Amino acid sequence: MPTKLPPVDVLLVGFGWTAAILGEELAQAGLEVLALERGQFRDTVPDFAMPQIQDELRYAVRHEMFQEPARQTITFRNNHAQTALPMRRLGSFNPGTGVGGAGVHWNGQHWRFLPSDFRQRSHVEERYGADFIPEGMTIQDWGVTYEELEPHFDRFEYLCGTSGVAGNLNGEITAQGNPFEGPRSRDYPNPPLERSLGTLLFDKAAREAGFHPFPAPASNTSRPYRNPLGVQMGKCTYCGYCEWFGCANYSKSTPQTTILPVLLNRSNFSLRTNCNVTRIKLDRSGKRATGAIYVDSSGEEHEQPADLVILSAYATHNVHLLLLSGIGEVYDPKTRSGTLGRNYAYQMVSGVDVFVEENLNPFMGAGALGQAIDDFNGDNFDHGPHGFIGGAYVALWTTGGRPILQHQLPQGTPEWGSAWKQAMAENYLRSASLSVHGSVMSYNDAHLDLDPTYRDAYGDPLMRLTFDFHDNERRMSRFVTARAEEIARAMRPRSYTVNQRQGPYSIVPYQTTHNTGGAVMGDDPSTSVVNRYLQHWDVPNLFVMGACVFPQNAGYNPTGTVGALTYWAAEAIKTRYLKNPGPLVDA
Amino acid sequence: MRAGLTVLAGAAVLTGTAAGLAQEAGFSDIERGRYLARVGDCVACHTAEGGEPFAGNRPIPTPFGTLYSANITPDRETGIGGWSDAEFERAMTQGMAPGGKRLYPAFPYPFFTKVTRDDIRAIKAWLDTLEPVRQEVDPPELPWPLSWRALLAGWNALFFEEGVFTPVPGKSAEWNRGAYLVEGLGHCAACHSPKNLAGAVELDEAFEGGFGEGWFAPDLTGDLREGLGEWSVEDIVEYLKTGSNRFSSAGGPMAEVVERSTQHLTREDLRAMAVYLEDLPAAEEVAEPGDVRDLDELLMAEGEALFVDNCTGCHLMSGEGQEGVFPALAGSSVLQQEEPHSAIQIVLGGAEKPSTEAKPTPLAMPALGWKLDDDEVAALLTYLRNAFGNSASPVEHSTVTDVRSIIEEREGTAALASE
Repeated sequence: MPTKLPPVDVLLVGFGWTAAILGEELAQAGLEVLALERGQFRDTVPDFAMPQIQDELRYAVRHEMFQEPARQTITFRNNHAQTALPMRRLGSFNPGTGVGGAGVHWNGQHWRFLPSDFRQRSHVEERYGADFIPEGMTIQDWGVTYEELEPHFDRFEYLCGTSGVAGNLNGEITAQGNPFEGPRSRDYPNPPLERSLGTLLFDKAAREAGFHPFPAPASNTSRPYRNPLGVQMGKCTYCGYCEWFGCANYSKSTPQTTILPVLLNRSNFSLRTNCNVTRIKLDRSGKRATGAIYVDSSGEEHEQPADLVILSAYATHNVHLLLLSGIGEVYDPKTRSGTLGRNYAYQMVSGVDVFVEENLNPFMGAGALGQAIDDFNGDNFDHGPHGFIGGAYVALWTTGGRPILQHQLPQGTPEWGSAWKQAMAENYLRSASLSVHGSVMSYNDAHLDLDPTYRDAYGDPLMRLTFDFHDNERRMSRFVTARAEEIARAMRPRSYTVNQRQGPYSIVPYQTTHNTGGAVMGDDPSTSVVNRYLQHWDVPNLFVMGACVFPQNAGYNPTGTVGALTYWAAEAIKTRYLKNPGPLVDA
Repeated sequence: MRAGLTVLAGAAVLTGTAAGLAQEAGFSDIERGRYLARVGDCVACHTAEGGEPFAGNRPIPTPFGTLYSANITPDRETGIGGWSDAEFERAMTQGMAPGGKRLYPAFPYPFFTKVTRDDIRAIKAWLDTLEPVRQEVDPPELPWPLSWRALLAGWNALFFEEGVFTPVPGKSAEWNRGAYLVEGLGHCAACHSPKNLAGAVELDEAFEGGFGEGWFAPDLTGDLREGLGEWSVEDIVEYLKTGSNRFSSAGGPMAEVVERSTQHLTREDLRAMAVYLEDLPAAEEVAEPGDVRDLDELLMAEGEALFVDNCTGCHLMSGEGQEGVFPALAGSSVLQQEEPHSAIQIVLGGAEKPSTEAKPTPLAMPALGWKLDDDEVAALLTYLRNAFGNSASPVEHSTVTDVRSIIEEREGTAALASE
């Protein structure tokens, strides 16, 4: 029997970005808030101090900051005809563990989704007709609009000290920014990062090709910054160790560098680390969460009662917990009934490697130091002639010049020997990659459920992922990759290589840690797990955060939208739920 | 106009009763006592690591041996619950506990004697409201004959002068309020002054900097390099209120002082303290910028290389730091103290800025002692003390070795070992 602990007002499961935001919002409102984090405590000093943090082998190759598959992983299959097998080594995506979550090891690529993204189905139907949506595609509206989220996008950017330049300021298009973005109420809090030579070449080439390049929004600070909470950040040193690493200079926006100095000082907030939540508990009615069961580092089980339970772990982990706890009806792909696990989506990425004459000095890099075009993202162009839905941005990111993983070699280069060495010497400083970062729509055969065979370190069934790319995404990707190729050619390189995504989705090579869906939001309880305020339809004192609520995935990195949705939900909880605990939307 | 009004208001208070020297009227005695206890930073010494606040028994290292702070919660047996107001006043102003037991001057009664009797009663009134905590206090670990408290009568005769602070005529009310706080409850000179062999403050060198806990508390006089000569009143206020200003960040023992004490003081009181401190004359002849020292070129080159490799990410190549975030090395008084111990502490063991309400991030510098040996630290600091227009004596290898052993004693040898 687990030990029953004294109750709290709010229990946060997981302690990354969404929990830090909610913790601060709800503790500020006077509630007794407790966060349970499965990993360890960590902070800039001493955990991310230089030079230890700049250890590519330890962090990027040996995955020190990531979830350990030996404790918890997923099983995977492309389709229902296959038997899913466990992912024994992280590949396609790298969920984090520890205080700050993946918010510690991200790059800081901080985007807003487009207004049309939030009305995905309505928008497509209005512009192209309902027949434009292919059979099996289950896209839907989010139940929340860009206009409603705008103040929350803004809040998250000002919390992070995001560096960039507005492209659409209250409806006015500016020359320097992204002309396709939704209108923003004010400019970014900090100017764009210093440009790398690669981004300047991209900018020139993209203009020549007739596109609209702009400095990509970066949650790497371009100058010293003090956010609205008073928390301080130093300016980025362009050391090139963002993704997979913690930042040594207080320059990458993370929970640690933007919220925790204030939140951890609050007497009504507490944090317990090395506590892995295994179940959300419901009362007999099944309509009310009473708390959670967790296992501490010594293997002891505890029951933590709470009035309000918020799932704020990684997207896939939130869905796993709902599945393990038996909350909601599991999606059945045969009957198309049930909502839990439905509409899993991902990201379709491809790229073009360019080998140029110029020394691009990749060592001066930052996780979100990039130049991008958004001409072919979302519905920023007429899809009519192309017959697919969705899009991608094309960007040249100068993230670093790390020796093990960050280099490109021309096609046909031998994998070893003197020819390899010669090619490496020729190209190490004279190459870059254009990434094509595309959307993935949702489909009735892409979903999450519990695996019948494999179990985790706690004896619980692993979650099973059934997913493959569809023709719509392949055509989208081919189309936008061809546009990237135009930019590559305009850079007048010595040579270039197009890396089109081929074959079925593979869980082995790294693509992105942008897993979405499984507990999606919406206006209709028959097609969503949570309502527009991220509140569970069946259990009103349970909220679910993170990208698992995305009904399908847009062509952007998700963190900006995850942060905005969290502030949106926090506001609803503070201003409406607390006054009258119960469903915020009638089912 | 605004400043004039402040002075007038202050003057009106000063001419009142002794109570007038305390906080503005309207606070109840208890609330005033809570505030005054903050000014005195009582919690710092009277709380053991992991212990209940004010329950004492924190080891206080002195050059003579270790003392343990008193339990000042109102527990009748182990605390001061049985003390009358008069007994408490006697302890604060004469260093004598009930029963005629003399207190060691590590308890700063030579400063607290300057506090008005009314303020002392307010502090007692507030302490009386605390939850009594039963916490026995260990006896002092002092060699004979220092363990013989009667000797303290002699110490007092030589170094202690009893008496409440008297306002200096001709100085502003603000200045006098500042002097009252700095010289009395604030007991700033306890760390920031040289001490004689008996551990008493050298009065004629007060505020010229002094040793404490292995750190060198810097010069607070108007000295341009080592002191506060370049700081404005507002700079001092910002430092005490937020933990940093355009010149410096609090670190080491001062970080605790800011976090627990000065950030909670009113801006008016901080301003008064700053006005008083600003008025302290420079100790000796002020070093002229551009003083050229005869420095070993090779050593300076090594120091510069170490600076580029280890420091420039935050402090920048120019040494100007990042305003509001990372302190400047150029013009840093901590760096240019005659005694380089604090700078060595920071390089070897790292330092953390206090987390204050105004600036909550405890911005920290990581320890470098695990990767830089004593020669390298000496070279680095000799360079920093003489780069960007700075000027100070070279740092000796042996001084680094001494500070390293202090840190290892405090934090264990693992603190500075390589991974």
